[in-house]
Amino acid sequence: MRLVHTLWRFTPLLLLAVVWEAVSRLGLVSEFALPPFSDVVTAFSRLADEGLWEHTAQSLYRGATGFACAVIVGVLAGVLMAWYRPVHILVNPLLRCLYPMPKSALIPLTIMWIGLGDNSKITLIFIGCLLPVVLSAFNAARGVDQVLIWSARSMGAREREVLWEVVVPAAMPEILSGIRISLALAFILLVSGELIIANNGIGYLIDILGEGGDYAGMFAGVVTISTIGFFADQGYVALTRRILAWRE
Amino acid sequence: MTSRTPPAETPSSGGISIRSVCHEYRPARGRPVLALDNIDLEINDREFVAILGPSGCGKSTLLYLLGGFMPLQQGGISVGGRDITGPGPDRGIVFQNFALFPWKTVRQNILYGLEKQRLPKDERERTTRHFIDMVHLTGFEDSYPSQLSGGMKQRVAIARTLAINPDTLLMDEPFGALDAQTRSLMQEELLAIWNRSPTTVVFVTHDVREAVLLADRVVVMTARPGRVKKIIDTRFEGGMNAEIAKSRPFLDRVDEIWDLVREEAIVAGSAGAG
Ligand SMILES: Nc1ncnc2c1ncn2[C@@H]1O[C@H](COP(=O)(O)OP(=O)(O)O)[C@@H](O)[C@H]1O
Ligand SMILES: [Mg+2]
Repeated sequence: MRLVHTLWRFTPLLLLAVVWEAVSRLGLVSEFALPPFSDVVTAFSRLADEGLWEHTAQSLYRGATGFACAVIVGVLAGVLMAWYRPVHILVNPLLRCLYPMPKSALIPLTIMWIGLGDNSKITLIFIGCLLPVVLSAFNAARGVDQVLIWSARSMGAREREVLWEVVVPAAMPEILSGIRISLALAFILLVSGELIIANNGIGYLIDILGEGGDYAGMFAGVVTISTIGFFADQGYVALTRRILAWRE
Repeated sequence: MTSRTPPAETPSSGGISIRSVCHEYRPARGRPVLALDNIDLEINDREFVAILGPSGCGKSTLLYLLGGFMPLQQGGISVGGRDITGPGPDRGIVFQNFALFPWKTVRQNILYGLEKQRLPKDERERTTRHFIDMVHLTGFEDSYPSQLSGGMKQRVAIARTLAINPDTLLMDEPFGALDAQTRSLMQEELLAIWNRSPTTVVFVTHDVREAVLLADRVVVMTARPGRVKKIIDTRFEGGMNAEIAKSRPFLDRVDEIWDLVREEAIVAGSAGAG
């Protein structure tokens, strides 16, 4: 039953692959713009032996580190901002400056400051992913029902306990949706950072394959990272559902 | 069956003294609202006082002030001779909207306060068991509040507050969401608990009969801004029981208080319309 359900969910993707193959083979679009799906699959299996996984692993390391730091720092900062006025006064102006800034504009800057290695990508992802997390944590923590806090206090909870035992769990649904936005952003920033300048990573691989005219290979890289992004999001949604099982 | 402190001598809370208390809400937008105007009320140690009044007259506000959740703007409140400075487990409160932690199960909700009281684990478990049984929620220990009806949530809220055995009980329409049958059972249960170990109770309700049935004295409040309109003694010769609740004097007292409440409800209604 479940299997059937899962298969159904992937039907549109299968259909997409079929249509893709067809339009390319029938010459409806140029092979350069869209190499046939089967060519991409072939390129994929070739690249799999030629460092695709190493590049991917490198990228995922960067993405995961930047994203994880953003989640931890973001939740802490957002909740503390909502709870302690001085933190709000200190952090809020920074957020206001950072908010409208296109994060990809930071790519050259992080490279200039930190260099070509992992840390510049991690920093970029960290900064970019931070905002949605901080903002959702801040808004959620500020919006927690006053009476829940009172009720904990009247049962003898101290201020710090109220923060971690009441405010954070009450804010969790909203925090988790902020984190989901960051998860998608992490992939965007990761690939664009590597596309612009890097020594390795999946973005870098896509870039050099494209420049070398290996369009099927390039597509294989794009499909790989997109697929990983898709499953990361699905996994995240499943995790969220587990954490928020109390909602229904 | 009971695991509460033996009734020998429950700790005395020493009564509540409310002196010239006013409270004005000052929302960021809109006009300030004077909710309470010069409330004076002395509640004796281990007295059961019910508060009646039209909706919006400041009953919840008064309980919040007693709970120490909002700073006092004017006047003074002391419990057991000491001015209150904030919330504390000496005053247990049942909120009108239950205020359960939605991410905790029934059991975890009740355990929370007991954990804060630093009770030993087996005693926490035993007390939780006892109160879940008492409010007839056996079998729902592991349900989340979102899976419960309004009446069930209300019973969890009551159990959770009773479990920490506070010296003073503040209850904001605690039986409001219950069906008549359960309501009557819970009233009996509350009276039984109170008779076993009397504590000071401030009990807000809409139900005049319930007030007369449960309370030693009934305080009728005016429409907003809330003032004390009248305080009526509702103790009956020989204590409360099913017989007295059907007797002439009881029903007369209910009628008398009904008239007072109705007057204020009409004022509140026309103010709301205007
Ligand atoms: N946070 C608030 N901000 C502004 N006005 C409020 C607030 N809370 C309550 N009020 C107003 O104060 C009055 C008293 O409220 P409340 O104590 O809840 O009344 P009751 O419990 O008797 O129904 C009401 O008119 C209500 O609209
Ligand atoms: Mg109320």
